[in-house]
Amino acid sequence: MYRTLVGVGMFCGLLIAIVFQGTLPVIERNRAEALERAVFAVLPAASQRTTYALTPEGEFVSDTDAVGQRVHAGFDSDGRLIGVAIEASGMGYADTITVLYGYAPEQEAIVGIRVLTSKETPGLGDKIEKDAVFLENFVALDVRLDPSGETLQHRIVTVKRGQKTQPWQIDGITGATISAKAIGEILATSSERWVPIINEQLEQLVAGESDDES
Amino acid sequence: MTSRNRKAVIGTDEFIKGIWRENPVFVQVLGMCPVLAVSNTAINALAMGLATAFVMLMSNTLVSTLRNFIPKQVRIATYILIIATFVTIVDYAIEAISLDLHKSLGAFISLIVVNCLILGRAEAFASKHRVRHAVLDALGMGIGFTLALLCLGGVRELLGDGALFGVAVFPDGFEPWIVMILPSGGFFTLAAWLLLINHMQQRKEAKTGRVQEVPR
Repeated sequence: MYRTLVGVGMFCGLLIAIVFQGTLPVIERNRAEALERAVFAVLPAASQRTTYALTPEGEFVSDTDAVGQRVHAGFDSDGRLIGVAIEASGMGYADTITVLYGYAPEQEAIVGIRVLTSKETPGLGDKIEKDAVFLENFVALDVRLDPSGETLQHRIVTVKRGQKTQPWQIDGITGATISAKAIGEILATSSERWVPIINEQLEQLVAGESDDES
Repeated sequence: MTSRNRKAVIGTDEFIKGIWRENPVFVQVLGMCPVLAVSNTAINALAMGLATAFVMLMSNTLVSTLRNFIPKQVRIATYILIIATFVTIVDYAIEAISLDLHKSLGAFISLIVVNCLILGRAEAFASKHRVRHAVLDALGMGIGFTLALLCLGGVRELLGDGALFGVAVFPDGFEPWIVMILPSGGFFTLAAWLLLINHMQQRKEAKTGRVQEVPR
């Protein structure tokens, strides 16, 4: 009895190990490609990227072993910094929504957004990924710093469809009010934290392009 | 009919019965968890059906091969071990093929382990029959399961999204029935299919005047 169990167990273990080893490089390549696509989607002008980690001391390092939250800096073909892609998440209508958004320091604006994970209601809440008018908000969403450089001049806010008058407002979606507000809230919270840090450390990000990994 | 011929007929019967007479979804009503949950689009349904069919084929083959070596007391544990191994393999394979597909099937890939259909075929059929028959049985049941899932997924995607396999079918004016891609749509569609198939079965019985044995 034990012989059979041990035998079958060992055979199964071996099989799993072989398949795991075989598929691991493909899976990792797929993940890297998916990340690359997402970064270039939110920073349309970028053509190469470097991943930085924000260390506890508040500095950006491009060392891949560094601990800390990661951001992806996108550069154009001349190595000029286009913007930074940042991951942010928050509670949506159904579950946590995770987005990647691109912040362009030169324009002082969010220039692109992509929903990475969401379980919003199909046909209603998932319009945050498909609705053309809604996505239009993130071509240039103003996140200007106030003169002190520590906070944003205007916090991002979601308004009712058709009532957008300022560049820092998000034109909401009728029928997906909560999901659209959630996106606004996620971006507002994350941009308030990241925009001052990035602007302060801008030189490190530009300097880092010499050891670009791609 | 010679005995050789009869054997061949038995072989085809093992194959055919899973597709129609003993269809795992429409007749046995087994494995409802993936049937209702991931039949929201035709692609998801097809991937889920194929993954389940692959696991069933491999586990049936192995269980049937080892049927004389597995002691009765630990047979269920052994079957689960074998099934879980192939589910893990499928999980890695799907992730390697397409991350998006892996994401949309989510936890339901791992849940194939506890699909009563697969354990049921291992215990009720593969452990008592020769490898050839076990393979045919698994192929039949697997194809039957995949077709049933496609029937659900196709209808739900068509009505709920106006598309089939992601290709728009209806003209732009079509207002999608959003309820069909929500969980309740799964129940509606399954009920409609069961109604249709039972109705056809009853009509056939009334015609031939013979009550067909429904397997339990």
